[in-house]
Order: sequence, then C-alpha cells, then structure tokens
Amino acid sequence: MEHYYQREIETAPREQIRKLQNERLLATVRRVYERVPLYCERMQAAGVSPDDIKSIDDLKKLPFTYKQDLRDTYPYGMFAVPLKDVVRLHASSGTTGKQIVVGYTKNDMEVWADCCARSIVAAGGSEEDIVHVSYGYGLFTGGLGMDAASKKVGATTIPVSSGNTQRQITILKDFKPTILCSTPSYALHLAEALRESGASKDDLSLKAGIFGAEPWTNEMRHALEEELGIKAFDIYGLTEIIGPGVAFECGEQTGMHVNEDHFLIEIIDPDTGEVLPEDTQGEIVFSCITKEAFPILRYRTRDIGLITRKPCPCGRTLVKMTKPRGRTDDMLIIRGVNVFPSQIETVLLEQGYTANYRIIVDRSQNLDSVDVEVEIGSELPSDTIKGLDRQEKALEEALRSLLGISAKVKLLEPNTIERSQGKAVRVIDKRKLLD
Amino acid sequence: MIQQLSVFLQNEPGKLAAITTALAEGGIDLRALSIADTTDFGILRMLVSDAAKARAILEQKRYSASVTAVTIAAVPDVPGGLAGVLTMLANEGVNIEYMYSLIGRGEDKAYMVFRATDGSKLLAALAKHGIATISNEELGIR
Repeated sequence: MEHYYQREIETAPREQIRKLQNERLLATVRRVYERVPLYCERMQAAGVSPDDIKSIDDLKKLPFTYKQDLRDTYPYGMFAVPLKDVVRLHASSGTTGKQIVVGYTKNDMEVWADCCARSIVAAGGSEEDIVHVSYGYGLFTGGLGMDAASKKVGATTIPVSSGNTQRQITILKDFKPTILCSTPSYALHLAEALRESGASKDDLSLKAGIFGAEPWTNEMRHALEEELGIKAFDIYGLTEIIGPGVAFECGEQTGMHVNEDHFLIEIIDPDTGEVLPEDTQGEIVFSCITKEAFPILRYRTRDIGLITRKPCPCGRTLVKMTKPRGRTDDMLIIRGVNVFPSQIETVLLEQGYTANYRIIVDRSQNLDSVDVEVEIGSELPSDTIKGLDRQEKALEEALRSLLGISAKVKLLEPNTIERSQGKAVRVIDKRKLLD
Repeated sequence: MIQQLSVFLQNEPGKLAAITTALAEGGIDLRALSIADTTDFGILRMLVSDAAKARAILEQKRYSASVTAVTIAAVPDVPGGLAGVLTMLANEGVNIEYMYSLIGRGEDKAYMVFRATDGSKLLAALAKHGIATISNEELGIR
C-alpha cells in the first residue's frame, strides 16, 4: 500500500492544487515586487505589474532569474525579509563561480523538511526506520535537509555526514540503518568499500536509498539496487530553490513528483525562452510560491528535462518531471555533436562496465578529441591483448553508433579513478584551459 | 589442465611489485610468470600454488583478474625441440593464443605453458605425438 507524508496535498485534485498555486503565486509576486529591488526593476522594465498576474497562466509574463543575478546581488540582495527573520543560511559550493547565499525563515525550514519528508515516506520510510545521512552537513543543503526531514518523519537519524568511508561501513553494519541518503556516486563507492572489507549486502539492513545532488542514470540505479540490496529513489533539488526536496520519486521509479504546492515548474526552450508543452524536452525553470526569505521566480536551472501529467499509479497528482539528462553547463559539444556525460554513462553500463569513468576532452590542431577512461570489473573479460583490444574497440563502436562521437576508450584497473565524497567529477575538459 | 591466474595491470611503475607483494603476504608461491604488454596496459599471467586463494586475495585488493585453463607440455630440451612441437601443433591445426616457459624442471625436458583456442584439441595433439603434460600435483599446485 502506498504511503504518503501529506496525503491531502500529494493526492489533491488538480483544480484544488491550481487554486492554491494561483493564490500563492499572486501573493509572492506582490511581495517580491515590493521587497526585492531586482524584481521591481525587472518587472517595470518588462512592463509587468503585480496586477497583471492573475493566475499561474500569467507566469510566462514574468522575467527570468539567472544564476548571475544571484551572484550580482550577493550576499543578501535577493532576500525578501529582514535578516532578523532569517534563521538559517546555506550556500552553494561555488565550484562554477562565485558562491551564492540563500536564507530560510522558520517557516521555510518547516516547508523544506516537509518536502523532503514526502520523499522519505514515498521510499517506504516511517518512524520505524533508521536513516543514514551521508550527504555533507554544513553549508551544503543535502545533509541538514535530509536530517530535518528524517526528524519530521520520526525516524532515527544517523548524521554521519560525508567522508571517512571505513567508518561509514562500520556504521552501516553495526547501527543497521534501513535508508541511505547520499549522492549516487558515493553510494557506489560505499558498495565497493563494503565488498573490499569482505562483507556484502547481506551484512546490511538497508531497504531503500534516496540519492540526488548529481545526475545519474537508470543503469546506475540498477547497479546500486543490486549491490546494496535496496530500492533506489531519486530526489531532486537545488540550493537556489530550497535544496533537496523540490521533487521526489515514488515507488513507480518513472520520474519525480514536483512539490508543486510550493514550487511551480515550467519547461522552456533555452534559446527563445518560450514555454514548451508537456512531454517536450527543454530547460527546467522553477518559481517559489511559498518561500519567505529567498523566493525566486522563473529560475533558469539549466537542467534539461520534461514534465508529464499522466496519472501516476501511486495516486499522487503532483506533476512528474523526468530525471534531468544533465545541466546545459555539463553538456559537451564534441565536433558539433551534443553529448551529456549521462548518455556516455548509459552506454558504459549497458556494455557491462562500471559507473567509474572519466571523460577527458581535449583539442589538438583544432579537432576535439575524447578519451573515455573506464574501470573494468573484478572479472577480467579476456586474458589476451587481442581480446582486450577487441573490448575497447567494441565500446568505441557503441559510443560511435549510439551517440555519434568517436572516442578513444582506455581500460583502467579497478579503483584507480579517485572517488568523490560528494558530487562526482566525471568530465575533464582541457579545452576550457586553452580558451 | 592447469589453472592459470591472469591479472590486468596498468602500465605504470611499481604495479608488479605491489601485486607480487600482495600475493607473498598471502603465502602464495609463484611457479611461473609471463607478461604481455601494450603501451597502456599489461596482462600478468601466473601459475601459483593456490589459484583460488590468489584470486580471492586479488579480488580484495581490487584487481581485475580471471582464471584460465592452460596446458604444460614437456618439450625435448635439445636444439629444435620446441620448433618440432610447434610445427606438429601447426600441422594438427592447433591455434596457440600465447605460450611461455617454465623455469628448469626436468633432466632433458623443457616445460612450456600453452594456451590454445581449443584446449582439448591441444591435449589430443600432444597425446597423439607422445608429448607428456604436467599435472597440478607434479607442480605442487592445489
């Protein structure tokens, strides 16, 4: 039987959600117009006043918010409440530029915990469960976000945070957590470390994993489910919107339900900004309609995905978004062909390789070159040079026929690519260093 | 048939030292060894005192390895001895994937490790021409 954390909202009739969204959007637009100078200026420049926004159908009239806007107004320029009402700050890692700071009021903290709690309950969690949180605790939203959610559900929380893999293994074995929250790449690393310690999934009590904070493929899901003996659920979020819990997966595992009583989702054409219909792929855009401290509107996530309103067998009426294929920032353009690292990952896993890989893009004599380095499994597929050469060629052929890129494949020994404690670094683009 | 252990190694300094140390720590004795290499990687092939145990040690140390069946033939230790055997195998249609020698055992025989595409065809050819093969027991392999 399906369990819900907030059944009334999660399964509400479409019209009821829409009514709620209309009220909340109108109030938010009015508030940011009055309190956030950037929104006031942008709306005036676009010739839009809060009175022009009568329902969510008018959302498209509002200007977009870009990551650069958040950098330009650093640190507190986008806050819509005085700092005395802000009880928590989080910040993005700043790996792709200057860091950005976001704030939460007491109510924002409650909303955030509720959103993530929906994910834990959808993954089968209850007060009977023990939740092992391997996301980093601190300025990163992952750790504290899932921590608060676990507390909401009434589960027993183990705030392990990231790092110290050996200790994580001991805790997984001894404390017997039933739900693991981490990045998918770190979960895979934990599975490897478990095997290395001579133990297996039979020594663990895990039943579910809630993985997010980086793009991952369904093939990686199958690997994690097999290695850890769990059902693996996706969770989506970004610091700018609230952190994890913007959308979460149910047991159907066919996309994530967007918590659209708090966040409106649109899919747009990244080039023209035009809103695209359901089931059409484009850039994902979010608007916060309940956030008090940091309510951003029409935020360009640069994630590529699509939404669908087909009824979900789980009973939730919340719109579903597909697993994002990757950020537009992550998209590689190799000799004019667009490729997401996640597509390369899919090919690798389909061909029986591990999800431990590295994509090295370089340019020599004005031609792009791609090296895909991938670790082979513990069972050597052939013990002759000819046999292994054939393996490399077969993978190169698969990449060429499926993705249209000519990559050079290099097989690596297991455990040679550095494991990330948080978000995995899969791509080394040396062309960027040249430019 | 003899169980041979094959290990994938990246072509980098210290790799061979690390793996032989790991096996030594596990009390594994080496009976024979050969390396095939390219610029990027190599395949280390070994006959060890306990292939299953060595395989387990390597698995734990995160190496990619496999166990393959090979044949050891006693080849006459005279000029042309090996050439004669190889000519015979070629005539019999046995395709050799790789071979290497085992360091000095018999009085008048040299021992060669063979891996053929078709192992039973190799054994039949050797038997037909009266060339002895060596068993696990004779090599002290479990």
